[in-house]
Amino acid sequence: MSRRRSLHLGIGLTLVLLLAAAVVVSYLWLPFAPDDTSGGRLSPPGDGHLLGTDKLGRDLFTQLLLGGRIAFATGIGAVAVGSLLGVSFGLLAGFATRWLDDAAAVALDILIAFPTLLLAMIIVAGAGASLGAAILAIGIGMAAIVARLTRVLVKQVLAREYITAARVAGISWPRIVASHILPNIAPTLMVNLALQAGLAVLAEASLSYLGLGTPPPNASWGRMLFEAQATALTAPVAALAPGIALVALVIGLNLTADGLRDLTDPTRRRARTATSPASSTSPATTPETAATPASEPAAATAASATAAATATASAAASAAERDISPRRAAGADGVAEPSDPTGRSER
Amino acid sequence: MTEPILQADQVGFAYRGGVPVLSEVSLAVHAGQNVALVGESGAGKTTLLRILLGLARPTSGVVRFDGMPLTRGRLRSYRRTAQAVFQDPYSSLDPRHTVGRIVAEPLRGLGLGADPVKVASALDAVGLPEDAASRYPHEFSGGQRQRIAIARAIVGEPRLLLADEPVSALDLTTRVRIVDLLADLRTSHGLTILLVSHDLGVVAELCEQTAVLERGRLVEQGPTTQILGAPTHPYTRKLLASVPRLPS
Amino acid sequence: MSLLSVDSLGVRDQSGRSLVSDVSFAVEPGDRIGLIGESGSGKSLTALAVMGLLPPGLTASGGIELDGVDMIRAPERRRTGVRGRVASVVFQEPLTALDPLMTAGRQIAGPLRRFQGMKGAALDEAVRAALDEVRLTDTDRIARAYPHQLSGGQRQRVAIAMALACRPKLLIADEPTTALDVTVQAEILDLLDRLVDVHGTALLFITHDLPVVARVARQAHVLRAGRVVESGPITELIAHPTDPYTRTLVDSARRFDAALRGAHDD
Repeated sequence: MSRRRSLHLGIGLTLVLLLAAAVVVSYLWLPFAPDDTSGGRLSPPGDGHLLGTDKLGRDLFTQLLLGGRIAFATGIGAVAVGSLLGVSFGLLAGFATRWLDDAAAVALDILIAFPTLLLAMIIVAGAGASLGAAILAIGIGMAAIVARLTRVLVKQVLAREYITAARVAGISWPRIVASHILPNIAPTLMVNLALQAGLAVLAEASLSYLGLGTPPPNASWGRMLFEAQATALTAPVAALAPGIALVALVIGLNLTADGLRDLTDPTRRRARTATSPASSTSPATTPETAATPASEPAAATAASATAAATATASAAASAAERDISPRRAAGADGVAEPSDPTGRSER
Repeated sequence: MTEPILQADQVGFAYRGGVPVLSEVSLAVHAGQNVALVGESGAGKTTLLRILLGLARPTSGVVRFDGMPLTRGRLRSYRRTAQAVFQDPYSSLDPRHTVGRIVAEPLRGLGLGADPVKVASALDAVGLPEDAASRYPHEFSGGQRQRIAIARAIVGEPRLLLADEPVSALDLTTRVRIVDLLADLRTSHGLTILLVSHDLGVVAELCEQTAVLERGRLVEQGPTTQILGAPTHPYTRKLLASVPRLPS
Repeated sequence: MSLLSVDSLGVRDQSGRSLVSDVSFAVEPGDRIGLIGESGSGKSLTALAVMGLLPPGLTASGGIELDGVDMIRAPERRRTGVRGRVASVVFQEPLTALDPLMTAGRQIAGPLRRFQGMKGAALDEAVRAALDEVRLTDTDRIARAYPHQLSGGQRQRVAIAMALACRPKLLIADEPTTALDVTVQAEILDLLDRLVDVHGTALLFITHDLPVVARVARQAHVLRAGRVVESGPITELIAHPTDPYTRTLVDSARRFDAALRGAHDD
């Protein structure tokens, strides 16, 4: 499990960082000037043109690099807007109770149901087609999703006893948010934001394809696709290049998201270094524990998944899962739990 | 008798539009006299404890601390006096903080100066090794986690400890050790304990006074020997008769 | 032949670490056996292995024969045939053991329909009788209720009714009262006691709580770190524990018992 995750993280980060490096290079050096049309229309690769030229005679590779700038700007910008708005609103909604809580939940559901593309058209209609308008539209659409997730995560953390303990310890709410709530919701949020970044890049490509994104002459992968589609059969490279770049970035971000889950969890961080001094003697490493948190939905899925089994068997399976999996997962990663250690330190 | 450290006077609590969770609960904790609050789930023990911790306001009645009503302004000084231990040692420790940071939390929150020496001596008092401070909660067993929680509660040297079912999630042998620890702390740190529990054995072991809560009302209270030795209320009797006993 | 024979059972996890080793015991028809152990003792894993329900990643070795079926190596189809009909389980937390989307009545009807082919009015009657038997009055309301609409005690009674509906020869109870209030615990123990008596069901009772197991079991095995450290009649174990760990357990239980008794005698 963990090994697969770190493989994902490795591949994902490699893809994203390679593309990011190319974008950084584009600011220092470009093979041709963006508006250099000296290469002739739709010429095949060669003659200094790594990927050939587009139908206006501009160097395709240069256009691809310029499109990369837009893709990254969108990903970063939309995630910034989305997380800033989404996390703030989600935090507030997470603290809301009674009718205010219901109202927040409904408002978020409505916002999420509102298509990002429609939102983009409204914003573009008001502000004109620009990269900023596209980022704003995508960011706002993302904010609703992030806010809904944040709200649920905050509520989960608020129900933990360590929050009550912090209040009894005299910690103020803002500091509880900073030191307990944000760190505990951050890993799940980060995974989600990495996924959202991929979706944002795709959304910008769609908007540009529809002419609602970055206006010409700026290159965007979405518009490159649009412009290449008429000649896709005769000059396939012009369509394939932005397509592959887009897919590579989105897959890279998704794999990164998947791999990220491990990184910020101290249980797993420790597991990898596994140098706990108490790990030498551990007879008590079996999966039984009185306080294993059992989640109802998990049991429900387990129960329905084993619908074919007898009722007792399915009940057993779900209970077994509840009892075993947290520790087993830890066991698989080589976490050696100390045995009831109090036994050693005491009479 | 001297002034009680903590006193609930005719405390009632109800959610808006709901049936009362607590009605006219009067209870006093005197220094040196551990008090047990006994009752079953749904009796209102947790709500009463939240009110006594200043986490919820009673809808009627008053909570007094050192004889004066517990107001917002006095909350900070109250919390230097009274700290808490909770039931579930898996939920009460932030998995992302080191043990040292967890134990130091009241020092930071109550402006007592986050002195690592105090943290080390609190860990020592609960029988945890020195290097525990740099480790994370998941590296410890249930019993040890409860020790960490107790260290956090006593680090600021409070006079009163409000303990919500502190041993009910633990194995029997671990339970004995934690009860021993609480009894030790009482003498070594001059702690008085308000123990919320449904385990009458633990109550008999630790507390001089017992109050029995049933459906939001105190049905019986007095010296533990009297309540458990000669219960007068039928509910207390039923509770006592239900405790599984070893064959003699 | 024993109803259940467990012969040097071992359970290992994926990394090969031993969680249960060399556990042997037998259950005859009508027996009442206690498996006593604290967290990490392997008592619940032993119970799961007996039912052939070890979670993926854990492997069992040794022998488990339940009513003539090899619960480690027999094909899944044969093991499924044993579950519910020959042996069934009641767990600690009935809320997770019951299907949240199904009414109590339908959950109890499930095994009756499957194993005994009941339907229609006969099935309804059997469900009502099963609820009656676990002392759930107001059977119609309970039968229509979803698990979350019932109290912890009621849920555990439904789980017991479900487990006993098909009159299994063996009932495995895994900490069935740990999550319950002490008065409800006493009622559930009484109920189990009476039901296994009436039906001659063998009982395998798993717990960390010595006084509780003393209440329902006759024989007991004490487990620690995956091994049996002591076996014998439960009264004997409590009166004269020979293993140091058993003695610690007994002493712990006696502490609170004595404190209570002290309060009584005053």
